[in-house]
Amino acid sequence: MLRYSLKRFLSLLISLLVASIVIFVVIEIVPGDPATYMLGINAQEDTIAALREELGLNASKLERYWNWLSGMMVGDFGTSYTYRSPVNELIGDRIWVSLPLALIALTLSTAIAFPIGIIAASRRGSVTDMSVMGATQLGVAIPNFWFAMILVLIFAINLRWFASGGFPGWDEGVFAGLKALTLPAIALALPQASILARVMRTSLLDTLSEDFVRTARAKGLSKAKALRRHALRNALIPVLTIIGLQFSFMLAGAIIIENVFYLPGLGRLIFQSISQRDLIVVESVVMLLVFAVVLVNFFVDLTYALVDPRLRGRQ
Amino acid sequence: MALLSIENLNLSIHGIDILRDVSMSVEAGKVLGVIGESGSGKSMTANAVMQLLPNGTDCSGTILLEGQNLLDLHEGQMNRLRGKDIGMVFQEPMTALNPVKTIGAQVAETLLIHKAASKPEALRIARETLNRVGLPEDRFPMSRYPHELSGGQRQRVVIAMAIALKPKLLIADEPTTALDVTTQAQILRLLKRLIQEDDMGLILITHDLAVVSDMADDMVIMQNGVVVEQGPAATLYRDMQHPYTKALFEASSHIPDRDYADERGADPLLEVRNVIRDYTLPRTKLFAAPGYFRAVNDVSFVINRGESLGLVGESGCGKSTLTRALLGLEPVQSGDILFDGDPVVKNGLVVPDIRRKMQVVFQDPYGSFNPRHKVSRLITEPYHLLPSSPTGADRDRAIAEALESVDMPASAAEKYIHEFSGGQRQRIAIARALIIRPELIILDEAVSALDVSVRAQVLDLLSDLSDRFGLTYLFISHDLSVVRAITDRVLVMKSGKVVERGATEDVFENPQHAYTKTLIDAAPQLPDVA
Repeated sequence: MLRYSLKRFLSLLISLLVASIVIFVVIEIVPGDPATYMLGINAQEDTIAALREELGLNASKLERYWNWLSGMMVGDFGTSYTYRSPVNELIGDRIWVSLPLALIALTLSTAIAFPIGIIAASRRGSVTDMSVMGATQLGVAIPNFWFAMILVLIFAINLRWFASGGFPGWDEGVFAGLKALTLPAIALALPQASILARVMRTSLLDTLSEDFVRTARAKGLSKAKALRRHALRNALIPVLTIIGLQFSFMLAGAIIIENVFYLPGLGRLIFQSISQRDLIVVESVVMLLVFAVVLVNFFVDLTYALVDPRLRGRQ
Repeated sequence: MALLSIENLNLSIHGIDILRDVSMSVEAGKVLGVIGESGSGKSMTANAVMQLLPNGTDCSGTILLEGQNLLDLHEGQMNRLRGKDIGMVFQEPMTALNPVKTIGAQVAETLLIHKAASKPEALRIARETLNRVGLPEDRFPMSRYPHELSGGQRQRVVIAMAIALKPKLLIADEPTTALDVTTQAQILRLLKRLIQEDDMGLILITHDLAVVSDMADDMVIMQNGVVVEQGPAATLYRDMQHPYTKALFEASSHIPDRDYADERGADPLLEVRNVIRDYTLPRTKLFAAPGYFRAVNDVSFVINRGESLGLVGESGCGKSTLTRALLGLEPVQSGDILFDGDPVVKNGLVVPDIRRKMQVVFQDPYGSFNPRHKVSRLITEPYHLLPSSPTGADRDRAIAEALESVDMPASAAEKYIHEFSGGQRQRIAIARALIIRPELIILDEAVSALDVSVRAQVLDLLSDLSDRFGLTYLFISHDLSVVRAITDRVLVMKSGKVVERGATEDVFENPQHAYTKTLIDAAPQLPDVA
């Protein structure tokens, strides 16, 4: 288990290194000078020169890459040109919106998908199975921004249970914060839950037809017990893979939902930075998201080994 | 009163009759052998006793276990009965255990499910049961996972699970079919010992008459869902009545009519000289050199033109690795493989001109065809080895000839592979090998997955083809009786080495190496009924 974990950790470090090089090179090969690009075509020569100096663009590429990388390691992500404030402060404010949002959405999606997938699989071909699968088909098909607007229409505008958008900040209390994240989390979670439920169902059905489930039944386990004790854990591997992917998506890909609900999250930050050509912010936030995704996959890999002893290798 | 008696059992699935009027019974402490080919309904009978049946199944008749009709019980009552009064062992030990639970937990579960013991007590009994089935504590702690055990060891775990609660009846459905002969002999001995110790009744289901002949007190022969003959094993062998029983018996000991090679003189076709094949093992330490496993260790032999050479050995002995090396599918670390005097592999590449003279037929008639292609395309696959392959009418003629030579109609070319039975598929596989007129055909367990009667037909076909086209065979199998029936000379392989070689009859009649003796002793024998 230790060997396996170390191996996965090594692969995590290598992924991060490769990602940092790719991100740096991509920003570098954007045609033209970053400073000119950021200031637009009407900028004065001396303004550009000043910005170049400020951005450290006069140093060699290798030196700049190293400065960027070593800066990030100690939490210094540079200074945003447009916001005129350190990037780590910008990120620090927003991550406390994005991370809870992703976590709530993930919990919600898992909590919905697991029982649905299990019920559908254990009653394969029944009316319950077919209606649940029909509903998830719908869930997969509906775009989440449209679903978000429907939620706003019903729960914010008509019922007035929630605000239609914005985030009061955690200073206003945990409840107020959670309340503001409820609708966005549902909008994010439901389509993902539909996908996850379908994966859960298929994976469980595959496992239920395995020989060892029949063996368990021959021991005297009821259908339900055989499913719970033997099939479920074996069915989890593909489900965990999807959960890992979904968490990454919800953290990094919540741009649209954050825009619909006017949430000051990472998605909106990166969206605004791109439109304002604030390359330093873009570079750093993308790196941070890569870090989050790689880290999540690392944990998914560790969970695989917890679930399946065959991956742990010899003790 | 019999322990279990099945009376007039009828079973249909979605209206299709599977079993008709099946009756049989087994006494405590006795073994009932149920014999039949695939589709005979033997497994379905076992599943009916366990009431583990697919949806849409209709059952009528009676299945009495100590006087209680199991068909009257509802699901909850059956759950309490399964594992406690009836234990079951299945065919595939590799997949019959839950890969994510320890063997101790899986055996203890039988006791816990039936609330027969507290958790520590259940673990203690599980330990004892594992000892009983030959998995001692020092080598097989309960914390082992199934993937750390071999097939035979896993089957012992499955048996331990089935007998942990000392059931009255044990059902074993092809318990040794997937195992090597020596392992098979051990498992059969174990089953026999256990039923004597616990006074259990055993229903032993198998397609292999020889397996039952050593074990069974009574026998039931099934065909197409009907019991065609039954009776005490001792008399039934001597006094077979039903033509199907006789046919089955004949097919099991079938020896095809063939010309023997020694009449043809020695003309080496394939020469294998000192071949070594190593596999690199995963590194155990980051900077240590990786270890290697020698799968084929200094093997040399010659196949003469027109000869049929057998290669026997148990799983892991290196026979499949050797096959792949012969075909140039894997590089060898040292040694030469010469076909008609020319190396099969030159500069790391297989020479197509030589390779086309060697074809192979594999074991699995279900997995070795692409289901999306028509037979015409499947059997012309070897054409890629030819510099210019026939087209148009020539191609059609070649396809028809190949199919007809294996006794299939030419019209089969336009069908898909799922439309054929296992035996027909194996014929098509042979047609695929024949189509480019090879000189040597490697038959890698080519008849192992077939029913005995079909196997006998395919063996006849092979010997007929060999006589007609002057084919040379390398016949690889773990089944000694088949090798004995169709080969002139035989090699016995163990742990990558050839431990014995010689004329087939000599080796079988008078084995020299201890391992060969073990193999021959372990192989179940049909009683003589001359």
